[in-house]
Amino acid sequence: MSALRAELRDLYDDYASRLDEMDLDGWCGFFTDDGTYKVISFENYSQDLPLALIECRGIGMIRDRVAAIRETAVYEPRQLRHFVSGVHVDRAEGEVVAARANFLVAESLSDREPQIAMVGRYLDRLVRVGAALRFRERLCVVDNYRVRTSLVVPV
Amino acid sequence: MSTVGRTWPAEAARVPAWVYTDPALFAREIDVFFQGPSWHYVGLECEVPERGAYKRSWIGTRPVLLVRDEADALHVLENRCAHRGSMICWQNRGVVKDFTCPYHQWNYDLRGNLLGLPFLRGAMGKGGMPADFNKAEHGLRRLTVAARGGVVWATFDRDAPALEAYLGTEILAELDRTFSGRPLRLLGYNRQLLPCNWKHYLENSRDPYHATLLHSFFLTFGLLRTDTAFRAAPTEGGRHGIMASTYSPETAKRQNDATRQMAALKSDFRLEDTEVVKPVDEFGDSSMHNYSVFRAVFFQQHGNSLAVRHIIPKSEAATELAWTHYGYADDDEAMRRRRLIQANLMGPAGYVAVDDSEVLAQLGTVARSAPDSVQVIEMGGRDTATQDTMVTETLIRNFYRFYREQMGLA
Repeated sequence: MSALRAELRDLYDDYASRLDEMDLDGWCGFFTDDGTYKVISFENYSQDLPLALIECRGIGMIRDRVAAIRETAVYEPRQLRHFVSGVHVDRAEGEVVAARANFLVAESLSDREPQIAMVGRYLDRLVRVGAALRFRERLCVVDNYRVRTSLVVPV
Repeated sequence: MSTVGRTWPAEAARVPAWVYTDPALFAREIDVFFQGPSWHYVGLECEVPERGAYKRSWIGTRPVLLVRDEADALHVLENRCAHRGSMICWQNRGVVKDFTCPYHQWNYDLRGNLLGLPFLRGAMGKGGMPADFNKAEHGLRRLTVAARGGVVWATFDRDAPALEAYLGTEILAELDRTFSGRPLRLLGYNRQLLPCNWKHYLENSRDPYHATLLHSFFLTFGLLRTDTAFRAAPTEGGRHGIMASTYSPETAKRQNDATRQMAALKSDFRLEDTEVVKPVDEFGDSSMHNYSVFRAVFFQQHGNSLAVRHIIPKSEAATELAWTHYGYADDDEAMRRRRLIQANLMGPAGYVAVDDSEVLAQLGTVARSAPDSVQVIEMGGRDTATQDTMVTETLIRNFYRFYREQMGLA
């Protein structure tokens, strides 16, 4: 179990660094072809309300999110830093690993001091593709009652 | 000079930046528009589906509760204890039998009547309320409520006109299109805090001109474009504004004089999965109807994404935008999925809506840096007529005609 936890920590750090570097193609590579990616508020999640901030079902929608950020979105330049902690394995039986971790995203806009943009937790289901773990489901539950201005880059 | 010591620019079709930055003006707006004879959107009936269900909402800067009582009647109560002004309810939604203030445990029924309070007669012969203290005089402040097609409205003003008269026939027709009485299902909320004045957001929702330039996602997939049939209709003297557009899959492929001026139209941009831009025509008119109802709500139908945007002013410099997405109770699984996938267009992370949030955040900063600067709203002329083009600012001109009249800013 501790080997798996160490492997997950490495994976989550690698994931965070791709987002920090705005390597969004690299970000897509963390998902399986049938992977789902969702960012949802704690308010909705805790009330079983299905509406998400971002919902991608399948790698096509995940890659479309990246293409739209690059091609169509208008937004102020920013630097993001992702901090992941508290990696925890919930279950590792059969082929699926269920795991969770906390995240904090600090956002530095082009002309302002950094601020905490988001805090929350990842609720994940991972499977092995070859030797590597990939997300079949990544649910980002955001503690924020409100998003500050907007959410441009995935969590 | 006006009542707030400000003079509006003499030239037609101008807006001074101080309307977005002056705290005294903001305080007056709260008095005039929120305490005055306006009706305010509070929520949807499907948010409080059972007896004892409540949800928190806001009217202007004031917290309120929408409650369904034991007899199925809806009430809107100010979320403020009649005793010391503590907030009574701290949860966003829930189901209760009654409300108890956390501070001194004053207890109210679902209609806001004061039922009891600890130590009314004192303890061990000491303290207690005066003998003539009358509980009936110390209930929660209760607003006048009206519900129509599942949408709940309230007003602080007992003398407000009937809701139907306030909304007017054109807005009522728009409401009836999606709120026909068919039972609704709540899909969830999205909330964001924008560092801009509430009128910045209101204007954005009455500004088709920007939509045809800024929102390349809309343009590229033919969902909203200048070269399609469009109507910008002010109603009730500029109090409300309707934008109705048509879409078709063919539009996306069409190139013409109008599209050549749309720099943001990315004709070579393709999606791998087009589900998000493939609405089905559920209202049978290939149309998207979006309308802004004064004071502070925007009803959205973008394809099959149905939502209410509640504009909640926090100060002259900050505005909360609360999105309530809904569908119908009898939606099948495919329609439910469509609504949720198309919701990717809107909200704080929306393919379309991010553009607005980012631009509005900048407007706030710039207005504060130059409150005496003046903005130009002449697109489509200087008059306030209905126009059948997106290339117009008539709805914003109408809004400011109404606003100045109400605020006494001649």
